[in-house]
Amino acid sequence: MSRLLKFNIFRFNPEDNLSEPHMEEFVLEEADSMTLFVALNRIREEQDPSLQFDFCCRAGICGSCGMVINGRPGLACHTKTKDLPGEITLLPLPVYKLVGDLSVDTGSWFREMYTKTESWIHTEKVFDPNAEEERMDNQKAVEIYELERCVECGCCVAACATSRLREDFMGAAGLNRVARFLVDPRDQRTDDDYYEIVGNDMGIFGCMGLLACEDVCPKHLPLQNQLGFLRRKMGITSLKKIFKK
Amino acid sequence: MQTIYTDLLVVGAGLAGERAAVEAADAGFSAICLSLVPARRSHSSAAQGGMQASLGNSVMGEGDCPDVHFADTVKGSDWGCDQEVARMFADTAPIEMRRLAHWGVPWNRVVPGKSIYYKGGKKFDKVEAEDKEGLIMARSFGGTAKWRTCYTSDGTGHAVMCTMDNRCAEVGVEVHDKMEAISMIQDGDTCYGVVARCLRTGELTTYLSKATMIASGGFGRIYPNTTNAVICDGGAHTMCVESGVVPMGNMEAVQFHPTGIVPTDILVTEGCRGDGGTLLDVNEKRFMHEYEPESAELASRDVVSRWMTHHMREGHGVKSPYGDHLWLDIRHLGEEHITGKLREVYEICTDFLGVNPVHQLIPVCPTQHYSMGGVRTNKDGAAYGLKGLFAAGEAACWDMHGFNRLGGNSLAETVVAGGIVGKKIAEYLEGTETTFKTGLISDEVKKQQARIDALRNCTNGSENVFKVRAAMQAALHKGANIFRTHDGLTECVASLQETLARAKNVGLRSDGKGVNPELAVALKLEGQVKMSLMLAYGALMRTESRGSHNREDFPARNDRDWLNRTLAYWKNPTDDLPTLEYEAATEAVEIPPGDRGYGKSEIISADDKKGKK
Repeated sequence: MSRLLKFNIFRFNPEDNLSEPHMEEFVLEEADSMTLFVALNRIREEQDPSLQFDFCCRAGICGSCGMVINGRPGLACHTKTKDLPGEITLLPLPVYKLVGDLSVDTGSWFREMYTKTESWIHTEKVFDPNAEEERMDNQKAVEIYELERCVECGCCVAACATSRLREDFMGAAGLNRVARFLVDPRDQRTDDDYYEIVGNDMGIFGCMGLLACEDVCPKHLPLQNQLGFLRRKMGITSLKKIFKK
Repeated sequence: MQTIYTDLLVVGAGLAGERAAVEAADAGFSAICLSLVPARRSHSSAAQGGMQASLGNSVMGEGDCPDVHFADTVKGSDWGCDQEVARMFADTAPIEMRRLAHWGVPWNRVVPGKSIYYKGGKKFDKVEAEDKEGLIMARSFGGTAKWRTCYTSDGTGHAVMCTMDNRCAEVGVEVHDKMEAISMIQDGDTCYGVVARCLRTGELTTYLSKATMIASGGFGRIYPNTTNAVICDGGAHTMCVESGVVPMGNMEAVQFHPTGIVPTDILVTEGCRGDGGTLLDVNEKRFMHEYEPESAELASRDVVSRWMTHHMREGHGVKSPYGDHLWLDIRHLGEEHITGKLREVYEICTDFLGVNPVHQLIPVCPTQHYSMGGVRTNKDGAAYGLKGLFAAGEAACWDMHGFNRLGGNSLAETVVAGGIVGKKIAEYLEGTETTFKTGLISDEVKKQQARIDALRNCTNGSENVFKVRAAMQAALHKGANIFRTHDGLTECVASLQETLARAKNVGLRSDGKGVNPELAVALKLEGQVKMSLMLAYGALMRTESRGSHNREDFPARNDRDWLNRTLAYWKNPTDDLPTLEYEAATEAVEIPPGDRGYGKSEIISADDKKGKK
């Protein structure tokens, strides 16, 4: 006999004047290999078609389905019910603007981050369609890709104490983005340029080093190392700036 | 209500759409992409394998060139493609890969010296050349003569998507995410933009544009089992279908993959079977060698999918709450191999199934994977039927894939076609001025508001949205799957016609306020059923087998009568069947129809006059 799972789900529709934030209970019979993707869709189709949540790839690749699962931010699509107790509490990610129920607006947050970090290759070189590609060491390519693996699910930001305290903090996702371009030889920005972006309390010096970001990252990005790397790099840049004066 | 103007409006913000938008922005035009999700979550990012381009840097790709790539693509298409388009694609792909490298894609690079690789479970050596060190590397993929697939580890789509979206941010292409286009503003002659529903507030917004592009990806979600993301539901296609004048090309050309996991249909790679994995039935017995004594589990994608389906139909499937399935067994490959070379498979099984493939069987089932068909365009990406409307990527039928596409060609198509079509759009914008008719716009908005009100108030009935959708999916699953027959497709069409009548009578059970997900499903349902009918009816009429389209009652590829492309229109809203027209598969013929060199070989030649229709 399968378990009867009890879901406590946060409900609130900001577009409905009559809606008040509250928790609602749903009961569902557990099935083999059930994930929260399967369970939430079943609840929507069979019990409450107004229930809002976000899934896209449902394969742990796209980062759409970040939510707080029994107190911990994670991706719902690769969370199996058999790894959870019979009572499951689901809340939307904090920090991001609530769209409704479990759905939040990560798009606006990340789009702003691209602008802040100028998340693109800065180069004076012009592409020549007739030329051979510029060569790159394979190890370097792999190193860049490791930092490019971020799926922007927002879990690291939701779990970050600084992000909860100050709205303008870039979070591990933003700082990791800067590190990605810093290691890329194609980007011609200097340490001073990067210092302008992250050498402050909104950036690397705002990090309190609690490192929940690394604990919750579903892609297991080396966030702790990147934060350390940036802090050292920017610390040195800061000292150089002082002595130059 | 808000009205927003832009020179180019792209429906979709995956690789094809963003690539075209960048091209327009570089030419000095404003461009906005509408997307259901933030751009980087687009399904382009899920493509792990790579992009085919004949750079020929790897020793295993020596001697490769666009001609060889072109030939592979035409054979792969089973001569269903437009050869002029396939030629443009093969010629442009290498330049596009280099451009992406310039923009920031961390392609894997050639490492000189000796290394090992596996083929058919056996180990071989190769030596990469010193003078190629640091150039873009390629890997092997099915159906190709050379190692030609450029890649970034196991996340090519993701990495290229990041770079493309960065490029959009840099050049000022706006992405309006959580914004769903629900209908097209058009007068039967020209497309002027769309009416969209905001998925942050539920409000309607009008987008007006000189050029509109459909780049919304595939529509696998009209099937119950698909590897496609949840958003690949054909919503944007339904706008074209409802126009009555824009045809869908080759909707019956659907690719199935043998090993999607059950439930959730996430793909596990063919490498499992390549390395010696076997397929088992309900009695945990092998069966593929009984159907295909020579190649057994290693037969081609469509062949394995067909026999798996057949075996389950014979009652040898494993029953589960998610439907019948079979088992994939890789236990005998050992822990070291599974957690090493097949790490990705190991992770999918443990993460999504809670199955440890070192000790347990993996539940698998053939599943819908790719839509070769879509919005029919000319070689410039301009849609048939409406001025100012374009399409590219999986959403379009451009048509370089014909009846079967090769691995690595779909992801490459997104950026290559995006670039080519984007350039053509920029030329179009340069030479075109548009007059917007306000009456046309407000009528369309009123019509959409009325549709929404009717669904909320159950004016037309109270059919359950999810049940009608499930009926549509079940009909396709049963009748327009891997095996197709006259009887099965006739029943499928009849059942879809019945479903269409029900789709017109759906009503919401919830209040439909704000970003209501039930309303989002309901708004596209009728259009989806019409697309399903285009697919099923096209398959019924096509009395041959070509590429992925397999008719048990017509097993031969018939170049005499069917070397053509289906164009499906929904001419009148009251019709209960699409109108089918046909055009030659290709005007240019570089390679005349012949044997593909794999798969079945029964062919009715174009010169065979006996029994000609």
